[in-house]
Amino acid sequence: MADHNSNETSSDGGGWLSAFAPIAGFGVTFATMFTKVVTEQYPEQKVPTAPRFHGRHQLNRHPDGLEKCIGCELCAWACPADAIFVEGADNTEEDRFSPGERYGRVYQINYLRCILCGLCIEACPTRALTMTNEYEQLKGSTRAGLIFEKQDLLAPVLGGMIPAPHPMVPGTTEQDYYQGKVTQSVSEQQEWVDARHGEDEKAGKVESVKGGDR
Amino acid sequence: MGIEEKLPSGFMLTSVEVLAGYMRKASLWPATFGLACCAIEMMTSGAPRYDLGRFGMEVFRASPRQADLMIVAGRVSQKMAPVVRQVYDQMVNPKWVLSMGVCASSGGMFNNYAIVQGVDHIVPVDIYLPGCPPRPEMLINAILELHQQIQNMPLGVNREEAARAAEAAALKAIPTSQMKGLLR
Repeated sequence: MADHNSNETSSDGGGWLSAFAPIAGFGVTFATMFTKVVTEQYPEQKVPTAPRFHGRHQLNRHPDGLEKCIGCELCAWACPADAIFVEGADNTEEDRFSPGERYGRVYQINYLRCILCGLCIEACPTRALTMTNEYEQLKGSTRAGLIFEKQDLLAPVLGGMIPAPHPMVPGTTEQDYYQGKVTQSVSEQQEWVDARHGEDEKAGKVESVKGGDR
Repeated sequence: MGIEEKLPSGFMLTSVEVLAGYMRKASLWPATFGLACCAIEMMTSGAPRYDLGRFGMEVFRASPRQADLMIVAGRVSQKMAPVVRQVYDQMVNPKWVLSMGVCASSGGMFNNYAIVQGVDHIVPVDIYLPGCPPRPEMLINAILELHQQIQNMPLGVNREEAARAAEAAALKAIPTSQMKGLLR
């Protein structure tokens, strides 16, 4: 009954204004001319993604520049799309890429398979693999070009880092790296790298920094 | 296609190329053609928030005969493959194909008997866009990359030369099945 009464009052309450009811919609349309524009001007103004957006992967480094990846292939096993290929190898005293025994010699992510689900991130035991918010590199005109290799995925070398290979900080163990006791590279490591670079130049090996021009 | 194909090589053809490229890239009409979840993001890209109309391509044509860009948005099943090919064949030249999302590009996580492992098995793809699904910005980004390709598209004699060079390169290339080493 209450509904019935309210209906009556509303239909009666309009009075002469109800004559304008059919064109009230135009008022709504007209009013939107004064509202804020929702369009994002994408290529010119980039709206940041959500902080935890799943973008391109990144292979992280320890604070002294050694790689965190230990080549365990857990990410490849976790991947539901079989997009990751990892091949581990042993670290030696001459070629040390990560603290500890092993490092990832080959690391490839096929972005035409990867569904950016993040299961690889959850599987990674050393937090070597994380995801960035970057999404603009993910496009290309060939299928082969969208298989990103290790040099495309490695994190940039920041201040205090020396790109691998180089020995661990003297007097530290693998554990110290994981406990955060290594905060930056030390002069012994720099000397080792310089000495090796000198040897390479003597031996005529020009190639010391690989790839990176995708 | 038209009179521009009959022009002799030279600075005149180059100017026509630039002009035609500019006009083609600025009025690209996609076909209304969604296959799966990527189509939702494609629709969002056309809606006011991302507004593909800013690039002259807000009209998603319902008829492939009026469209010149096919956005393959979603997984292509074996049963859908002939339909995709027919839509492509019905489009008029010049036409482009954008493979949107990992399923269309390579089969994605659906590595099984029901799904075509990459739409490039049935139509020539001009640009691949990974993501599951790619966000509208990624689609716009790939479309802008495609615009660059269209702008630089050769015409007439130059086009024939480019096609011949591409064919020669393809004949020399190692087949994917025989590729050895790290790229697998």
